[in-house]
Amino acid sequence: MLAHLLRRGGEAVVAWLLVSLLVFTLVGLMPGDPLDLQLAADPDLTAEDVERLKALYGLDRPLLARYGTWLADAVQGDWGFSRLYARPVAAVMAEPMLNTLLLMGLSLVVGLAIAVPLAVAAARRPGGPLDVGVNLLAFAGFSLPSFWLALLMILLFAVNLGWLPAGGVHAVGDPGLASRLAHLVLPVATLSVLTTGTYLRFARGALLEVVGEDFMRTARAKGLGPLQALVRHALPNALLPLVTIVALQLGTLLSGALAVEVVFAYRGMGKLTYDAILANDYNLAMAALLAATALTLAANILADLVYVQLDPRVRYDD
Amino acid sequence: MSRIVALALFVLVAALAAAPPAAARDTLRIGVGQFPSTLHPSIDSMLAKTYVHGMTLRPFTAFDHDWELTCMLCTELPSFENGRAERVERADGTTGVKVRYTIEPEARWGDGTPVTTADVLFAWRFGKHPESGVTSRETYTDIVDIEVHDAKSFTLELKDLEYRYNAINTFQPLPAHLEEEVFAEDPATYRNRTLYDTDPTRPGLALGPYRLAEVATGDYLVLERNPEWWGDPPHFERIVVEVVENTAALEANLLAGELDMIAGELGLPLDQALAFEDAHGEDYQVVYQPGLIYEHLEANLDNPIFADVRVRRALLHAVDREALSDQLFEGEQPVADTAVHPLDWVHVADVPTYPRDLERARALLAEAGWRPGPDGVRVNDAGERLSFEFSTTAGNRSRALVQQFLQAQWAEVGVEARIRNLPPRVLFAEELSRRQFSGMALFAWISAPESVPKTTLHSTMIPSEDNGWSGQNYTGYANPEMDRLIEAIEVELDRDKRAALWAELQRLYASELPALPLYFRANAHIWPTWLEGVRPTGHQDVSTLWVEDWRAAD
Repeated sequence: MLAHLLRRGGEAVVAWLLVSLLVFTLVGLMPGDPLDLQLAADPDLTAEDVERLKALYGLDRPLLARYGTWLADAVQGDWGFSRLYARPVAAVMAEPMLNTLLLMGLSLVVGLAIAVPLAVAAARRPGGPLDVGVNLLAFAGFSLPSFWLALLMILLFAVNLGWLPAGGVHAVGDPGLASRLAHLVLPVATLSVLTTGTYLRFARGALLEVVGEDFMRTARAKGLGPLQALVRHALPNALLPLVTIVALQLGTLLSGALAVEVVFAYRGMGKLTYDAILANDYNLAMAALLAATALTLAANILADLVYVQLDPRVRYDD
Repeated sequence: MSRIVALALFVLVAALAAAPPAAARDTLRIGVGQFPSTLHPSIDSMLAKTYVHGMTLRPFTAFDHDWELTCMLCTELPSFENGRAERVERADGTTGVKVRYTIEPEARWGDGTPVTTADVLFAWRFGKHPESGVTSRETYTDIVDIEVHDAKSFTLELKDLEYRYNAINTFQPLPAHLEEEVFAEDPATYRNRTLYDTDPTRPGLALGPYRLAEVATGDYLVLERNPEWWGDPPHFERIVVEVVENTAALEANLLAGELDMIAGELGLPLDQALAFEDAHGEDYQVVYQPGLIYEHLEANLDNPIFADVRVRRALLHAVDREALSDQLFEGEQPVADTAVHPLDWVHVADVPTYPRDLERARALLAEAGWRPGPDGVRVNDAGERLSFEFSTTAGNRSRALVQQFLQAQWAEVGVEARIRNLPPRVLFAEELSRRQFSGMALFAWISAPESVPKTTLHSTMIPSEDNGWSGQNYTGYANPEMDRLIEAIEVELDRDKRAALWAELQRLYASELPALPLYFRANAHIWPTWLEGVRPTGHQDVSTLWVEDWRAAD
């Protein structure tokens, strides 16, 4: 087991390094660096200004040389300075990261909390009215455009009913818990509709696959009721595919949800990453994307461990 | 158990449902679509920063609502007539100018420290330092010397004597008592350590009617009255500038009562504002201010199609720009005849114009050798079709509509425009500034009042590898007469003579059509009905420079 974990850890580090090179190259190859854009927009900027600023920001060096410098600094914990926000990258990312963890974490929990019981209820009578309804709900959930749903939520609950704030992380000058929670309700509700749909579809499918298995008939023959048999025997077996999906979703805990963050003016990692890429803010874009990559890789290793717990047949030999 | 859960949920929803009470009228909440990347006044130019600094700082000079240059931090605008300006003839044959300014005697930074010539000297030393990180050093390197007379008066010696010798709108004094030490420590990293970004709420960084009280990066900025402000006291105790980048969400925030107004300079696009006015016009003041945002078409004049001025004139005759403005913008964006705005004092009306005239357009195209082709698109003797790529910034809905309007009207005279839109960064940083475009591009120039179009029309400003791709004469327009007029205007101090030169320039522009004028874009300002005193300017010096006049109606 330990050897397996070490091997997976080593693979994750290599994958992370490869992703870092790929991302740096892709961001660097995008047309027009920030100073080209400024040159095009600012009539007072001269060619000398551009040369001076490129040298100042190190943009006059070859891409690979810049990557080498970035990597050497990054492994020492220096993630550089964000050009977009004129602050150290770590300081810029701290709050959006917390905001995104809250937003995505709550959406994940709410999504699972709704999806799993609904899937169990639907699987009791496959093809029955409840199952059909749940199926429709699942399709509606993951088919709705998040951008549209978010605007609809604002119009209904903030503009028409006036119950909840339309956007932001917290009220101006009030970063307290109540204010933060109030501002989380609509974005979490929007995202939960989407995540519920996804989880519901996978949980229902996995449950329907196992309800016909021999061990389920045995469980019923032992005298367990349909619901007890589902919860005690079918659900643990059906959780494996769901764990895979959740593990993949864990990566989004740090990558955020761009559309929802934009509409709700919620300062999270999705918007931050998007802005950093658009503005060629290499340091910020790299740190944001690689944080999400690291979490995705870690979540996959975690999923391996969870498989062992859920399924006694799974073993990683040393 | 389930009842307890239900009760808890009810209490939670009820608590959340208790919407914040309507803000008292001592606070004004402004919605904008952009957050400033840095709050340092001289590093990076950005409209969001200009908007906020309009409330916390004051430039020495600025253009007012009537587009006249005025003193803001100085006591009197220097001129040759009042003896504050003096011509300098140098031994090397060049001519410069000395201009003497006096700082407002009562001007103080937010911590009570007087604004003095030390702040001016520091700003100059910082700006001309090669590692300072200022975007354009010209403002600082054009100053040959600063002679300090006393704590409140100084004389700038400028390298060249130009008509705008007394305008130092972009020269912002910096608080030497706070920033000089930070800068001296390491000029190359000063931009990362400036107090404007590391400690932006420090009172001594502001000298305007307001100072920053809270900065939530990316979210909002809170401004409070500056007790050290020497001018008329502002009416609002507090101003909150909130950032909502998505314009649909910005509108929803206004309707939800979380914002009082949307800044015209950084707010809704015109089409959205027009729809908003239709739906909610009774509850808000919606003011459209056409400004110095010149939407126009630029063609690569190296392309033989556009090298012929008759084709350029025909393209303009083929389009009904009045109908375009009426149908798409309800007439709020006035049609342009040249790049000079009608509100600019140098504007002249008697220039060649191009009303829609399809017969004239067809005749001009025929004269230029383009005859109707088999598929309706004109061809020349070599069998080449009158067809070109037509680009604008992808994702800009207004421009996409304009494009379709133009494409349809040009088709009526046998011209094919093939739409190929590009992300702004590709269009501006690659296609235009590297002159890689072969056809036509639709975009806007933003300028100041009486702004000489040197970077866009002078032949030395055609971007090329030799000049490091600087300059904005993307079309490649080169006309010695235009060069002469631009150079003459720059050094002509006599207002009447300069007006005559400007008239010549506009006539040449309208005749030669180095670019095809469309319209001047309008900013849509949306205010609550109770707000008074806000006056949009229509140029780069934003409305917040007069924020102390803003007030809530009784």
